[in-house]
Amino acid sequence: MASRFDIRRQTGFTTIAMICFFALYLPIVTVVVYAFNAGSSIAIWEGVSLRWFYQAWNNDQVVDASMRSLQIASVAATIATIVATMAALATTRTKPYPGLGLKYAFINQPLMVPEIVTAVALLIFFSRIKIWTGYSGLGYLMAAHTAFCIPFAYLPIRARLENMDLSLEIAAADLYATPWKAFRRVTFPLLWPGILAGLMLAFVISLDDVVITEFVKSGGQDTLPTYMLGQFRRVITPEINAISTVFLLISILIVTVFFFISRKKDQE
Amino acid sequence: MPEQPGKSAIEVRGVRKVFGTGESQVAALDTISVSIRENEFFTLLGPSGCGKTTLLRLIAGFDFPSAGEILLHGQDIAPLPPFKRPVNTVFQNYALFPHMTVAENIGFGLEMLGKPKADVKARVAEMLKLVKMEALSGRRTSQISGGQQQRVALARALAPQPKVLLLDEPLSALDFKLRKDMQIELKRLQHETGITFIFVTHDQEEALTMSDRIAVMSSGKILQVGTPWDIYDKPAERFVADFIGETNFLTAAISGMANGKARATLKSGATIDATVAEGFQPKDNATVVVRPEHAKLTSSKGDLSGTVENIVYFGTDTHIHVRLDSSEAFTVRQQNTRSAGCGFERGDKVGISIGNDAAQVLRD
Repeated sequence: MASRFDIRRQTGFTTIAMICFFALYLPIVTVVVYAFNAGSSIAIWEGVSLRWFYQAWNNDQVVDASMRSLQIASVAATIATIVATMAALATTRTKPYPGLGLKYAFINQPLMVPEIVTAVALLIFFSRIKIWTGYSGLGYLMAAHTAFCIPFAYLPIRARLENMDLSLEIAAADLYATPWKAFRRVTFPLLWPGILAGLMLAFVISLDDVVITEFVKSGGQDTLPTYMLGQFRRVITPEINAISTVFLLISILIVTVFFFISRKKDQE
Repeated sequence: MPEQPGKSAIEVRGVRKVFGTGESQVAALDTISVSIRENEFFTLLGPSGCGKTTLLRLIAGFDFPSAGEILLHGQDIAPLPPFKRPVNTVFQNYALFPHMTVAENIGFGLEMLGKPKADVKARVAEMLKLVKMEALSGRRTSQISGGQQQRVALARALAPQPKVLLLDEPLSALDFKLRKDMQIELKRLQHETGITFIFVTHDQEEALTMSDRIAVMSSGKILQVGTPWDIYDKPAERFVADFIGETNFLTAAISGMANGKARATLKSGATIDATVAEGFQPKDNATVVVRPEHAKLTSSKGDLSGTVENIVYFGTDTHIHVRLDSSEAFTVRQQNTRSAGCGFERGDKVGISIGNDAAQVLRD
């Protein structure tokens, strides 16, 4: 029997979906596969080996850059999430007023301004401060990363807050909870999955950044992405693939952990 | 009816609440004064948008009045934040904390007041017993039914022993049967705890069956305050008479007053005695109301005469719609008996006799 007409089935949809799937995941699969290449080419397969993982692990520059990336991402994501939480509370726990839309735009500015513009602006701004203070540590990168991480942390937190029943906080106040206690006992426990989502998103975004980091970093302050970019200018070996694969694993791990935490929260 | 003396729990004095600014300004409450007595079940009744919920929110502290005072046992609480008022609320959607158990929800207020853990535990147990929820104390609030959530919301609001309990249409989300049960349950709780209840509803039947006194509200004003009996039998204004129950409106000429009653001459020419609404100013033409069950249909001539237009059977009684000779509409409600019909048919010429104490003259 011919398949019955079904409004939910679009002709050719399966094909389009398959094409998208391949376009998205085939390159990633290639990167992962060649990380295990025994040879030193990223295109010619010569057998399975873990040598590039060993090499990356023993490469001081890689380890150094990785640690720096994690350090910057941890600090930037934490500060950005705290700021974003406060911003989200301030913009949702209020009656709409003229100028609120402008505030949203202000908070989300890093999403809209081209990254290269922010990068150049920060470069010029920070070079001034460097001259005045003489300080040239990691603080500049942390500050820069915090700035562009804020909107990424802000969006999931705001989304969660907007879905939260405001009457719960009113009920807490009615039951003698001061604003701080109401936040700690009612708002925060319910907002927690949103905050976690914001934190992880900000962490991943910071870990991933190239353009702003490239402009702001001082000598010897390579993060993993800028280090990898530097390597591409020289000789490309599957070591890059190995590093990418580890990166990918960490990302998948973070997303999975978050998925289970948020699902558990929603079931409660 | 004269106000009976009694200590007032809540005294609302000249309260006004305005929302918006400039031309879009709306007065949700237009200078309201009312006194709610201790231990009374007081109902704010009115259609949506009449200001009843606004008044409740002002008493709870979720909003602040634009003008006027709200006294709780003689002390002005209008400027206090909600967490400093010994007043608790049962919300329309219950607003139970989803991340806490039933017991944790009930103990929340006491815990916030800084009561010792042992006291909180004892009081929570007492409350669980009061609302018959002992078996479910460890459940999450998402794992219990709507009626059970209602009980938890009540127990949570009663646990800190507030001076006044505010209830914002708490029964509207329940189905008919459960609502009837909860009406009785609420009366029992009010009786057992001795706490003043202020109950907001748009359901006139609910208001009549539960309240000690009712305030009927419309467009930000209180039109009448009285016992259910006052409100039903002696409505002051057309809105009150129309909003509560069904009623017949007749135009009458007032020819004088005797023994506190007005002599009202109806369009049919018949003259009846009618009680008068509080604040009634003697005038020539006034509106007289007669409840459908207080009039009797006869086949002979009565105070009014007309033609039967429609007959509607309701099980317990029958509504007979009559077009009067004066072209006004009039409905008579007649108790049904099992063996016979109502005794009238469409098109019958009928008379209507109005009982001795059945008519009320409105003030507007």
